[in-house]
Amino acid sequence: MSASPHRVLGLTDSEYELICQKLDRDPNGLELAVFSLMWSEHCAYKHSKKLLGRLPTEGPHLLMGPGENAGAVDVGDGMAIAFKVESHNHPSAVEPFQGAATGVGGILRDVFAVGARPIAVLDSLRFGELESARSLYLLDGAVSGIGHYGNSIGVPTVGGEVYFEAAYEQNCLVNAMCLGVAEHRRLTSAAAAGVGNLLVLMGARTGRDGIGGASVLASAELDAEDESKRPTVQIGDPFEEKKVMEACLELLDRGTLASLQDLGAAGLSSSSSEMASKGEVGLDIDVSAVPLREADMEPFEIMISESQERMLAVVEPGRLAELTEVCQRWEVRASVIGAVTDTRHLRVLDGDAVVGDMPVDALVDDCPLYDLKPAAPEAQVYPAPKRVLESEDPAQILPALLGSPNLASRRPLFEQYDSLVQSRTVRRPEQADAAVLALYPEHKAEPGTPRKGIAVAIDGNGRRVACDPYTGTVEAVLECAANLACVGAEPLGLTNCLNFGNPEKPHVAWQLERSVQGMADALVELGVPVVGGNVSLYNESGGGPIYPTPVVGMVGAVRDTALAPGYGFGRAGESVALVAARGAQVSARGSELAKLAGEELPLGLNPIDVAAVREVIELVREAAGSGALRSAHDVAEGGLATALAECVLAGGVGADVAWDGDDDPVQLFGEGAGRFVVSGPAEAIDALGPLATRIGTVGGHELVIGPLSWTVDELRAASSALAPAFA
Amino acid sequence: MRFGVIRFPGSCDETDALLACRRYADAEILWHGDRDLDGVDAVVVPGGFSYGDYLRVGAIARFSPIMEAVTEFAASGGHVLGICNGFQVLCEAGLLPGALLPNAGRRFLCRQVDVEVARADSPFTRAASAGQVLSIPVKHTTGRYHAPAHVLEGLDAHGQILLRYAPGHNPNGSEDDIAGVTNEAGNVMGLMPHPEHAVDALTGSEDGGVIFESLASVAVAA
Amino acid sequence: MKARVLIRPKEGILDPQGQAVERALPALGFAGVEDVRVGRMVELEVEDSSQIEAMCQKLLANPLVEDYEVQLVDL
Repeated sequence: MSASPHRVLGLTDSEYELICQKLDRDPNGLELAVFSLMWSEHCAYKHSKKLLGRLPTEGPHLLMGPGENAGAVDVGDGMAIAFKVESHNHPSAVEPFQGAATGVGGILRDVFAVGARPIAVLDSLRFGELESARSLYLLDGAVSGIGHYGNSIGVPTVGGEVYFEAAYEQNCLVNAMCLGVAEHRRLTSAAAAGVGNLLVLMGARTGRDGIGGASVLASAELDAEDESKRPTVQIGDPFEEKKVMEACLELLDRGTLASLQDLGAAGLSSSSSEMASKGEVGLDIDVSAVPLREADMEPFEIMISESQERMLAVVEPGRLAELTEVCQRWEVRASVIGAVTDTRHLRVLDGDAVVGDMPVDALVDDCPLYDLKPAAPEAQVYPAPKRVLESEDPAQILPALLGSPNLASRRPLFEQYDSLVQSRTVRRPEQADAAVLALYPEHKAEPGTPRKGIAVAIDGNGRRVACDPYTGTVEAVLECAANLACVGAEPLGLTNCLNFGNPEKPHVAWQLERSVQGMADALVELGVPVVGGNVSLYNESGGGPIYPTPVVGMVGAVRDTALAPGYGFGRAGESVALVAARGAQVSARGSELAKLAGEELPLGLNPIDVAAVREVIELVREAAGSGALRSAHDVAEGGLATALAECVLAGGVGADVAWDGDDDPVQLFGEGAGRFVVSGPAEAIDALGPLATRIGTVGGHELVIGPLSWTVDELRAASSALAPAFA
Repeated sequence: MRFGVIRFPGSCDETDALLACRRYADAEILWHGDRDLDGVDAVVVPGGFSYGDYLRVGAIARFSPIMEAVTEFAASGGHVLGICNGFQVLCEAGLLPGALLPNAGRRFLCRQVDVEVARADSPFTRAASAGQVLSIPVKHTTGRYHAPAHVLEGLDAHGQILLRYAPGHNPNGSEDDIAGVTNEAGNVMGLMPHPEHAVDALTGSEDGGVIFESLASVAVAA
Repeated sequence: MKARVLIRPKEGILDPQGQAVERALPALGFAGVEDVRVGRMVELEVEDSSQIEAMCQKLLANPLVEDYEVQLVDL
């Protein structure tokens, strides 16, 4: 006898019994499919919801917090920036081009669903080491996919990060972040409202995309031949999404819609239940009214299909004609598929027949939440990386670091992205520590009038969080704030994506709990709220879990984007300084150098004085924002020498840095939070006060650090190591 | 003087082109479905992915109603500027010689490049000088300019090549480093680089402005 | 009547996609492969097959840089 359908769909026996209780009967096939998705980890956050309650969600600039399609912060002049980050890890491992493309498509929809026009995308990617043909294939596919979708739809990809570690070989990470701009008054909630209002499905036709695993529910007549008809891969169409986006933005501008929601994971079933839950109403949906791409789709398939580029809108009957006219003009399909009711139930009909009837609370709010059972591991669970360092000589170490995949120039990636469309990009990839975008590209430069804008960065951490989930996560948050500070931006809000292994395992539960606590503590100290985010669990397979990988995206306000420093050294004769937090420590523990040397991952990193790091971040932000500094760069992976090399390469000019002869690799390449390399006129450096130490002078065609030196050409050649991956 | 910037389904850089035009004259968006150019003095066919680049870049956009009006406008001497996807549309429509093929590197490429002005006695470059180097970004997958050898010779001989990529800056394998060409009458120009993304020092260079400046001064006089 | 139009880059025109495939095949153990060209295939059902030639000329192919071949398939 085959396994019970509910188990095949991922529900436990006790979850199934609970569903029967809520319905006061057994669920039919359609209801079982919908519950299995709504109660899945991905939709219900069963193992993480309680923990996420620790994160701060209040702030002076916050307009929309967690719970909506995207969060939003106020940036002045009645304008808001909406933003969010989401993962698309599992689909990308199956088909990296479409997985990454549809990940971008999904996050774009989340942003315009709240009424904001998408103005930028960033991505955070993690793959196995590049020796593996599979990782090369995933990297190439994901970058092409992100470029394909973002470029085609006219939203610039302005930043991102990519890392290569053996721990991600079987489970790659693709996290996509999007930000959009809107006037406050246009920000829209997804809560369905108005009993008697109509439910309209807009956009692409519905096919069998993403159904895969639910095929056990198909009626008995379908046979094995139909496997191919239930693709697990979703295929994206950016051209369709562009039309849908323009239609939605126009409708929201005119105030035609009562609410709007995008269709993502679990398709119609999750969008409708969430809309109904937020609005405290019920919804009737008639699947026979849904435009289909495939013949003979069953009602359950229509409800759970993950076909892309679709939106769900609620509209008053009197404004339906307006909606239809706008959609026709943009060549977007719009079909009335249901209505808002007062039943507090999600009822699914097929013409006149009721084929499913579920209480909304049961689907959304009553999903059981589980407590984690964390237990710190006695020893490090991750194996040591393979040693690749050939020489201990510092003169050889710097080129080796620059040439390592985690530190090499990302130019071969970002040149595949349009970073310019919409005319807002003031600082492009590899110019500054954060992307800088002008809020009003239509304004012309006027002396004395600042060009207002925003800054955005995305930062994650895997290996260092594996060493110390609490401290590693604190570091990731501080690094993101530091990147914003380097362009003079004050953080307004944060979005996060938590990528972890199986939370039912005690050491993963421990990683997750410690990481969220670290994030909460760091954010409270910085005074930055979480506006929304995403959790991706169960990223593991036979080889064990991925490194615990929290990814954070921060948005900040920039008073005058024209003054935002890049990180390249500029003028010969200017001073170079190291600005460090009081008591800032450096260590080789968990560093890129330690990785290249094949050292075991430690358990524990040096604790961080977060208040002291906050102080230095504010100092650098003030100086950078005032235009006093020529350049500002956060010292992160690869340590001080790597940061100096990056400043030299970005500026195309060398520097002479004093060193007291002690070429201790820890001082040159050790890592730790709270340090910056800045450059500028001597007076500007002096004005920074005691936290800044002048260490050298800009000039020449070499990077000189004490007795060591490298030509700019040597450094550039080393740094070009990723180019062959895209030949 | 008024520019008309066409918006097709899938156009991306039309708003950018509109902003650039507005720095030099009035400008409005023209809808692809209209057969009427609303009396504009010059037409800009912008960059993007009109009709999703389906079948072939520009292949479907060239049949839109607005393009009939553009063809008549060009035939009677009106000035038409095609940028990137716009260049592709004009080639497909037969308003410009040659064709744009996939980049030699096969990938989308977004990069700031130097282009040299070959001649400054054209309506599109009169505000520049011959030999002037302009720093302008390119961002495309299908920008390799190609024409049969005898056509290329003719272009050169008739002075129809207006812009060439500077040595070492050809991003896509275009023949003879061609970045921008005109038709024989000289009133229609296409170029792969995006001058509308080089009009504000805040976001890069201002070198692209000379093309809009040139058109703004010429189309008024016409 | 079903028709299949095969469209490929003209001889003599650089075909980087074809070249990439030609390079990749030997690396996978397939020897003796030459002259790879990558194109497009358009399938259509038509009532009047005499119109296909004009369809190719006007829309389906760009005769300046592409060759095409029409195959008629009996249903």
